[in-house]
Amino acid sequence: MSLFQTWLPYLLAGISVGGQYALIAIGYTMVYGILRLINFAHGDVFMAAGLIMVYLSTALPLWIAIPLTLALTVALGFLIERAAYKPLRSAPRMSVMISAIGVSYLIQNCALYFTGGLAKVYPPIPWISDTVEVFGAITKRVTLITPILSLFLVVALVLFIKKTKVGIAMRAVARDFEASQLMGIKINSVISATFVIGSLLAGVGSLLYFSNYASVTPTSGGMPGLKCFVAAVFGGIGSIPGAVIGAFIIGICENVIKGLGWTTFSDAFTFALLIVILLVKPTGLFGEKSTDKV
Amino acid sequence: MKKFLAVVLSLCMVLALVACGGSKEEAKGDVVTIGVFEPASGDNGAGGKQETLGVQYANAKCPTVEIGGKTYQVVLKIVDNESADDKAPSAAAELVSAGCSVVLGSYGSSVSRAGGPTFEAANVPVVGITCTNPAVTEGNKYYFRVCFLDPFQGTVLANYALKDLGVKKAYCLNKLGDDYSGGLVNYFIEAFEAGGGEVVHEEFPEGSMDFTSYVATAKAEGCGVFFSPVSTEAAQLIIDQTVAQGAEFPLLAGDTWDSNVILQAAKGKNVNITVTTFYPEGANAEFDEGFKAWLEADSAMLANNGGDTTISAVSAMGYDAYFVALEALKAAGSTEPAKVMEALWNVSYQGVSGPIAFDQVNGDAIRNTAFVKQANTADGTWNALPAVTVG
Amino acid sequence: MTKTKEEKRDAIIAACCIGAFYVLILILEAVVPATHILFSILKKSAVYSLAAVSMNLLNGFTGLFSLGQAGFMLLGAYTYAILNMPTELKLGTSVYKYYECAIHFDMGFLPSLLLAGVIAAVFAALIGIPVLRLKSDYLAIATLGFAEIIRAVFQWEALGPVTNGANILSGFTDLNHIYIPFTKIAIPPTFFVMLLSGICIAIVLLLINSSFGRAFKAIRDDEIAAEAMGINLFKHKEMSFIISSFFAGISGALLAMYQFTVKAATFKTAMTYEILLIVVIGGIGSISGSCIGSFLFIACNEWWLRFLDESSNNIAGLNIFRSGFRKVVFSLIIMVIVLFFRKGLMGDKELTAKNVRQFIAGKKSEKKAKGGEKA
Repeated sequence: MSLFQTWLPYLLAGISVGGQYALIAIGYTMVYGILRLINFAHGDVFMAAGLIMVYLSTALPLWIAIPLTLALTVALGFLIERAAYKPLRSAPRMSVMISAIGVSYLIQNCALYFTGGLAKVYPPIPWISDTVEVFGAITKRVTLITPILSLFLVVALVLFIKKTKVGIAMRAVARDFEASQLMGIKINSVISATFVIGSLLAGVGSLLYFSNYASVTPTSGGMPGLKCFVAAVFGGIGSIPGAVIGAFIIGICENVIKGLGWTTFSDAFTFALLIVILLVKPTGLFGEKSTDKV
Repeated sequence: MKKFLAVVLSLCMVLALVACGGSKEEAKGDVVTIGVFEPASGDNGAGGKQETLGVQYANAKCPTVEIGGKTYQVVLKIVDNESADDKAPSAAAELVSAGCSVVLGSYGSSVSRAGGPTFEAANVPVVGITCTNPAVTEGNKYYFRVCFLDPFQGTVLANYALKDLGVKKAYCLNKLGDDYSGGLVNYFIEAFEAGGGEVVHEEFPEGSMDFTSYVATAKAEGCGVFFSPVSTEAAQLIIDQTVAQGAEFPLLAGDTWDSNVILQAAKGKNVNITVTTFYPEGANAEFDEGFKAWLEADSAMLANNGGDTTISAVSAMGYDAYFVALEALKAAGSTEPAKVMEALWNVSYQGVSGPIAFDQVNGDAIRNTAFVKQANTADGTWNALPAVTVG
Repeated sequence: MTKTKEEKRDAIIAACCIGAFYVLILILEAVVPATHILFSILKKSAVYSLAAVSMNLLNGFTGLFSLGQAGFMLLGAYTYAILNMPTELKLGTSVYKYYECAIHFDMGFLPSLLLAGVIAAVFAALIGIPVLRLKSDYLAIATLGFAEIIRAVFQWEALGPVTNGANILSGFTDLNHIYIPFTKIAIPPTFFVMLLSGICIAIVLLLINSSFGRAFKAIRDDEIAAEAMGINLFKHKEMSFIISSFFAGISGALLAMYQFTVKAATFKTAMTYEILLIVVIGGIGSISGSCIGSFLFIACNEWWLRFLDESSNNIAGLNIFRSGFRKVVFSLIIMVIVLFFRKGLMGDKELTAKNVRQFIAGKKSEKKAKGGEKA
């Protein structure tokens, strides 16, 4: 077997995971860019999207279940922002972060309660769950679709942020919270829009992720969530292309590490990478340099 | 206003405390409490629930016991240990505090080991149902168990792989820091290598979802069998991803995989799954029928069994363990935990899963038979293969 | 520093209250059967209060948002377990099943406990040098990352001869086997663990009230101003980090003693979050708050709310009470506290005689005001 053929399965797994991480990482990077908040609950929104899909698909045909899942995920993200973050707008940043941890705890425990602690099997989605052969490696079609779809969504998102009014408002708020408020930007609706987009992408990410790894448990969101945040920091927090590239790097590295037989360290490696980048280039790969104001 | 709220809040806490203290006072006739120390959530939630079902069914069937000439009502105290080692001691303390005469459980060797010392310190005997790691009962005279042990099960599986499957190279995967899968894999490797085989061994960290890389390694190494006796949560993913990658090797596992969760995951897929287990469905028609009827009568119970009436071996083991506990209570002639412990050593009982008696060293059941099952992926049932008896 | 008469009186009252508390624990242990769950909760909350206080020292008093507590507790727990485990056990096969133990000596309980803290502190010193340059959230995520790395390293097969791989460690001195020196009289376990963590917390309290503590608070309130006042930022941050990790290490060792067994897999990020929530519930910047918070948190989570899990409480076919409901209710309570009682139970105040007096006085005046309204 050639070297290429040996490594191809790991690379494929890495690219596909990377694409799914990318979609989640965007949610982190956008929220952080605007609110300076590590939204610890984002990974759990992603998990909740998976569970919603599991429950909806038992009752409804897929073509209704999928859009409805996305709509409900968006509603959840919106609700979390309104209920748990908005009241703390003027509170110290640490309080908001703790509120995020609390929400994450709450979502996980609700999921635990509703599923009874059992893993739920994700419904196979025809076509994208089928297996295909790529250069001799057999994999699910979703593996190939993921990077393409992720890149497509990212380009769309970048255009949205550059061209539309809401996008411009988002960038303004991210640059200077108070000045943009004075300029007449409705902060709350901009923040809500951020959460809506982030949750929508997390919903799409969850469709792809759980089609690949077809089992949802209450803690499914924890590790991917943390890794996606690391990806966002790695790429430079606040930067969307950065988050995407960071996510792909982390997804691929993680699987290559496993291929090398260092499975114990597959999660730890992500954090080691993070610490190295923070020390060498604290703003991440594409982050803008910020100066502290006295 | 805030101060007022603070006072109200603290009053609530105190009231809760009082309520907790108060609720324990109510005694209704002669009651003996049997604790059920099982996970209802976490990695082993599915298996723990099925094991608990066996105990609950046994309790429904035989709710009283004659102790020292008096009839006692048996009350089950079910506490969730969350499949977490750090929650196990306080779950165990809760059972001890509730005044249990004897405790049953747990599914999963890790939590059993973590909870064991608490029971030992409180002198409450525990009958392990399906915790197969030898270390659970070693040096703890309060811990007994009704199932076979991993060195035995590992040998049976290794022999099956070597002789029946005829493979020379095996891939072993276990969860990092999990006593059950780590122990079983270790004994499998010992036996497999002693039989002239070669092994590739990897471990995955807790919370892994992505098993494609592990399957890819097994394929790349040219392994003839994939041995992965992990929790059912991970098993679903492993089955799915093995099929997705078109791997042709058979999957081999221990007793945890004997669950309808596995059958549901494998149904309609081209995959060969073989497991060793404690009890094959159909071995005791009376138990099977009774248990199925009982499950169907209550939708909550049916949901706990995973939505259908496939009988997991762990349920049968839970059923047997309950009766072993009753036998011990009868023999002890007292609800005193220490006396029950003394009595347990000499209990012998003919269970649905076979005769049960304890050895005099660690209090392990003397068993030498393992049943082998293969998943029938066409209709989602188990096919029984010939049972294996060693020694 | 001269003390007024009132301050002296308050100090005496406080000392008496603490003394009375410990006597109460001793009496409880003598009267209530030792197997009662109250003691499990008290022991665990004593351990967690120390962990919470050590975290509070960083987050509440120095303003360093660190999420590495579980990692340092793991270091402490492993150091204690490995050093204290009797040599025969290490060489036997009952604990080190798959490895041959490379450590051929054992230590008494106190030196192991101290070393548990020291090892954690040494690691903190090393980690602190690069990490403490980072700001707020970055520091949080980097320390969290380090905790995860420590956990992975301790599970590494290559270190098996020392750490027993990812497998459980047991057989070391636990809380039930602590004796008064040179005698065979066992010290009541709950009293003992409370005493130990009480001493550690007292040391932290003394530190906070010293000139170092004032420097820490200055850094928390305004780094740049503190630096301008001549406070060496890095030195003080590093010191706070090391001291906090030292006590986290000791609390890890105590946790090992409480649990009877140690396993790396249990020291997850979730554990750090739990401790953080305790600190928040108690009040960021309040030592006594952390202690009260830890008792309430543990008691609610593992004791008082358990009735919510019991399906026998269901009325009329409603299947509300089932396993997991306890956790939902518990997390709702936490959210309510986080959102509506932002300062936690104690804010940044301490439970002192003076504050209690003021609190009661405040209540009275409130009542008076209300009474006035009615009239």
